[in-house]
Amino acid sequence: MSEPIIRMTGIEKAFGDVRALKGVSMEVRVGEFFSLLGPSGCGKTTLLRVIAGFEEPTDGNILIGGRPMDGVPANRRPTNMVFQNYAVFPHMTVAENVEYGLRVRIKDRNERQRQVDDALAMVGLEGFGARHSHELSGGQRQRVALARALVLKPTVLLLDEPLSALDKKLREQMQSELRHLQRAVGITFILVTHDQEEALTMSDRVAVMFEGDIAQLASPQDLYRRPVDRRVAGFIGVMNFIDVRVLGAVPGGVEVDVAGLGRVVVPAEQAPGGTEGPIVAGIRPEMLTVLFDDSDVAARVTEGEIDEVQYFGDMTYYDVKIDGIGKPVTLAMRNTAGRRVLQPGDRARIGWGPDSVLLLR
Amino acid sequence: MTALAGRVSREARNGLLLVSPTLTYALLLLAAPLALVVLLSFWTQDFLEIHRDLTFENYRVAWTEPIYRALMLRSLKISALVTVFTVILAFPIAYFISFHVPTKRKPLWLFLITIPFWTSYLIRIFLWKVILGFNGVVNGSLVGLGLIDEPLSFILYNQNAVVLTLSHAWVPFAILPIYVALERIDRSLLEAAEDLGDGPVRRFLRVTLPLAMPGVLAAALIVFIPTIGDYVTPRLVGGPNGLMIANMIELQFKKANNAPLGAALAISAMVIVSAISIVFLWLNRRYLAGRGG
Amino acid sequence: MRTVGKLTWLHVYLVVFLVFLYAPAVLLPVFAFNSSRVVAFPLSGFTFDWFRLLLDTEPLFDATRNSLIIAVITAVFATILGTFAARASTRYRFPWKKGVMGFVMLPLVLPEIIVGVSLLVVILQLGLNLSLWSIILGHVLICTPFCIAILSASFQGLDRSYEEASHDLGRSHFATFMLITLPLVAPGIIASLLVSFTISLDEFIIAFFLSGTDATLPVYIWGLVRFPQRLPSLMALGTILLVVSLCLLVAAEYVRRLGARRTGTEASGGFL
Repeated sequence: MSEPIIRMTGIEKAFGDVRALKGVSMEVRVGEFFSLLGPSGCGKTTLLRVIAGFEEPTDGNILIGGRPMDGVPANRRPTNMVFQNYAVFPHMTVAENVEYGLRVRIKDRNERQRQVDDALAMVGLEGFGARHSHELSGGQRQRVALARALVLKPTVLLLDEPLSALDKKLREQMQSELRHLQRAVGITFILVTHDQEEALTMSDRVAVMFEGDIAQLASPQDLYRRPVDRRVAGFIGVMNFIDVRVLGAVPGGVEVDVAGLGRVVVPAEQAPGGTEGPIVAGIRPEMLTVLFDDSDVAARVTEGEIDEVQYFGDMTYYDVKIDGIGKPVTLAMRNTAGRRVLQPGDRARIGWGPDSVLLLR
Repeated sequence: MTALAGRVSREARNGLLLVSPTLTYALLLLAAPLALVVLLSFWTQDFLEIHRDLTFENYRVAWTEPIYRALMLRSLKISALVTVFTVILAFPIAYFISFHVPTKRKPLWLFLITIPFWTSYLIRIFLWKVILGFNGVVNGSLVGLGLIDEPLSFILYNQNAVVLTLSHAWVPFAILPIYVALERIDRSLLEAAEDLGDGPVRRFLRVTLPLAMPGVLAAALIVFIPTIGDYVTPRLVGGPNGLMIANMIELQFKKANNAPLGAALAISAMVIVSAISIVFLWLNRRYLAGRGG
Repeated sequence: MRTVGKLTWLHVYLVVFLVFLYAPAVLLPVFAFNSSRVVAFPLSGFTFDWFRLLLDTEPLFDATRNSLIIAVITAVFATILGTFAARASTRYRFPWKKGVMGFVMLPLVLPEIIVGVSLLVVILQLGLNLSLWSIILGHVLICTPFCIAILSASFQGLDRSYEEASHDLGRSHFATFMLITLPLVAPGIIASLLVSFTISLDEFIIAFFLSGTDATLPVYIWGLVRFPQRLPSLMALGTILLVVSLCLLVAAEYVRRLGARRTGTEASGGFL
């Protein structure tokens, strides 16, 4: 594997008494779409600003393209940023905004003009050069911010929650456009977001952050299927947590007694944090199924009573009370043709498999 | 940890560096001169010669001689009256602009309130002399309407005239802070009060007024502190019984050639005003704390 | 019904208040064009004489020139000092910040006579001569707090990400300040210049204490007030000053709106 484009070791950042970053170490690979995901206040934006050079780390060091960034100010770093509110200069036209960073780099006016036009075309804003920021929609402003940063051909493009200000439809459209753009230009993107769906759909790899440190760095699939602990599992998608008692190690895994579901042998790779100390069993809603009639089969079957029904059109989410489990368990069913929707109070047989149980610390 | 300390102090250094020109200016032209005035107030002057032996003589004179005491008390009384009068005048206007004027027209109204103050300060005061004078606008109108036979003489060259003129001069400075405080009141609080059963009057007394108190207090201090040092208004419309401490300070510095006594009077006035302001602030804080607790 | 009643009372008060507020400003031009030598009612006739008389008054022109020099220099210096302090207070945390800012804002509430007296004492003790510069020193002191207040609002309203974006796009701190910060706070700077210019132009007490042989306009007016025969021309002078002030204000407001339209920010809020 090639040399990482960003290598951070032991990055600390304190604001007064508050430790925003607690020794973050990670690597970002060349050309990947990388996301920093976490709840607000977890330090993801601070980490991005450390990379950009707006915040100086209290400790630790950072290499970008193999070059140490100690004392290198933001204007000398090979990174460019798309700000959360886009920060499109209101007193300049779109073209002047895009030209802003080029001015000091390219002396030839025609060449500059050509690059500005190319950048605007790349983000689909041909002919918008003479407009001012207040004449643009939120989505267009974001494109200007993108063009303005990409025209400088940065080693790494930093995006600080760029989609959070857009409405749902536009956000989904921009997600796919950003992904395409990233593939087209081949530049490494680092995206900060608090939206787990956004991080999963767009990224090659995601770093999940809590309280100033990275809890897990993995591909979206691994993140969803093999979360390292309870916090990550709860933050990415929906997860049912069920009490569990460890019975003992068996060849190839560990035997546990899951409340309400019974004894099961869990393979070692489904217990990423080990089985020492307090652990719970985690099972995703879509790993549980309602067995409507006798022809529906499952590896293991239990029974429960429907408590709540949330109907989403394509899916129905049921909260099911299962004997022996304190809290109702959430279960998701795809609404395929002819499939009934159950009502609260209905009894149902619930099917599940040992391969879908995770043991989490 | 040392790195941390180094960085924090770098931001502090940048901030201090940036503020230093302004701070230096204020230190050189405000703090140092004030210190010199304090020093001067302990010296004595006899005709044009200044004796630099430290003495409390000036303060003894300033605080015990009836004329200075009377002037000081009168200045305080006039300032207090002006403050109360101005705030009472200003409050309904601030309330009107904040609650009854549509948002888009608020700047226009604030502008309207300030226009008269783009007339020259001196000429404005002089015009009050014309309005209140023996042959002035008020008397002329009253006689013309047959309401009175003789022009009224009690409206010019006395303390009433000073209070009225000063209130006119300071009323926009009182309107603005009260307006700002009223604007800050979350309108849903008023709706909540109404929803909980308060009528307009009770709602005003229990919600609006307490929340506007910081603005009222700021307005009071903004008016009270500078008016004590006003020089022009008492000279033009005050008459002999309307003169204030500033006129005496000027007299000591210029015609009477007793700068140290003038300095002692100025320092005394400043100390008294500061003391009153601090007590006022403290009382207010206690009042607010009491309500909060 | 009760709401309507309350509103009406408020409206009556409003009218009375506006009459009180505008009385001097309205009477000023009335007497300026009144032909009587006595500034009093009843009015006698219409005349331009008092304006014509002003044109022949040599000292008036000197005083006006002095005042303009003082006001322009004061406006520039106070705005520069105000910019430093406003930037420091909105952008940086530093030790004793509250105390430092409180101290530089102090002249806002200090009686002007105290400022005048203390500067007079210093200048006399140092054995210096009173000149236009002594007045400028005092005026910069009292104008700076106003500039700080106005400029702080501007800097506060300036989204920090604009400056960061400029820096991120490869521009130096200096270029960022010139190309981004200054243009975006320009309305505040214009307002600061205008307000300090106007305060200086109209300030009397400090000028009265610190003027040597060269009088400023208010000091000159103070001299006129004592001569009854000069009062009508004083009214004419006051009228001119009022008109000039208002033109200046309207022009400034126009510039501000132009700027606001260009940047697309909401064109509300005025200079005061």
